[in-house]
Amino acid sequence: MTWRVHVRILPRAGLLDPQGQAVEHALSALHFPEASNVHVGKAIALDVAAPSAAAAEASVRAMCEKLLANPVTEDYEIAVESGGRA
Amino acid sequence: MTRVAVVRFPGSNCEPEACRAVERAGGEAFYVWHRDKSLEGADAVILPGGFSYGDYLRSGAIARMSPVMDAIRAHAAAGAPVLGICNGFQILCEAGLLPGALTRNAGLRYLSRPVDVRIERTTTPFTAEYRPGEVIRIPVGHGEGRFTASDDELDRLESEGQVVLRYADAGGGDYPSNPNGSARAIAAVCNREGNVVGMMPHPERLAEPVLGSDAGHRVFTSLIHHLIAEPSGR
Repeated sequence: MTWRVHVRILPRAGLLDPQGQAVEHALSALHFPEASNVHVGKAIALDVAAPSAAAAEASVRAMCEKLLANPVTEDYEIAVESGGRA
Repeated sequence: MTRVAVVRFPGSNCEPEACRAVERAGGEAFYVWHRDKSLEGADAVILPGGFSYGDYLRSGAIARMSPVMDAIRAHAAAGAPVLGICNGFQILCEAGLLPGALTRNAGLRYLSRPVDVRIERTTTPFTAEYRPGEVIRIPVGHGEGRFTASDDELDRLESEGQVVLRYADAGGGDYPSNPNGSARAIAAVCNREGNVVGMMPHPERLAEPVLGSDAGHRVFTSLIHHLIAEPSGR
């Protein structure tokens, strides 16, 4: 089966995130004082052939460790869309 | 004649300067394509600056998968000299040959200008001909040069003497020190053994007097004299 998987990558909490800070300042300038704690990362979507959702997630986790995220500076979250396609 | 391989990735752009700097220091320089699996018996390797693979995903993240990286890994493991400059430094970090990571400059702007750096370690093949604590002015050109590592890793790098260059203020106040916000103002690091060095500034861009300074020249004379004194035997 094929699973649609979304990976969300964000700068590791606690590390300086100058992009997030810049966006937060811009939001403030646009009169959105309610916005805070802004972070900018990246999103990756991919199809993964795997027998189960858990196997798809494990596979993408390995991809994150090896390539998609930098283990020194980034954290990631994996979401497997329900309903694998045959 | 000592032979230095300069690796070309798609998007490298500082390789002619690197070759010229090696040749001015008395070595023989030649290009190796990133898909090559051999370093053709090189005594040392330089990964030059540029924008390999357009910096897609993260700077250096795709280049470190290139076929030539296995040969570079073996070369480094054998104790032979490896130098990564700018994008080359980013590639070596992504490949795990050097600690830490290079992230977006704190000011978010691409920096292309001279910086002052202090020589923190002279026992590497690339810094032996500088004086400890000497401050030199050489250029940087990067958008992602902010050195980052965990506090524990930074403490370890400091205690084991793996910081090779640090952004410094030479006085005069022309330029603010630490222009990209690097952790502990680190501009260059080496591996535990000291034979693999990565630096964000570009010594090859300021290595002959006609350019107004040859402050970077001794990086390359250090290398050539190191290789003459300690031939790798390969």
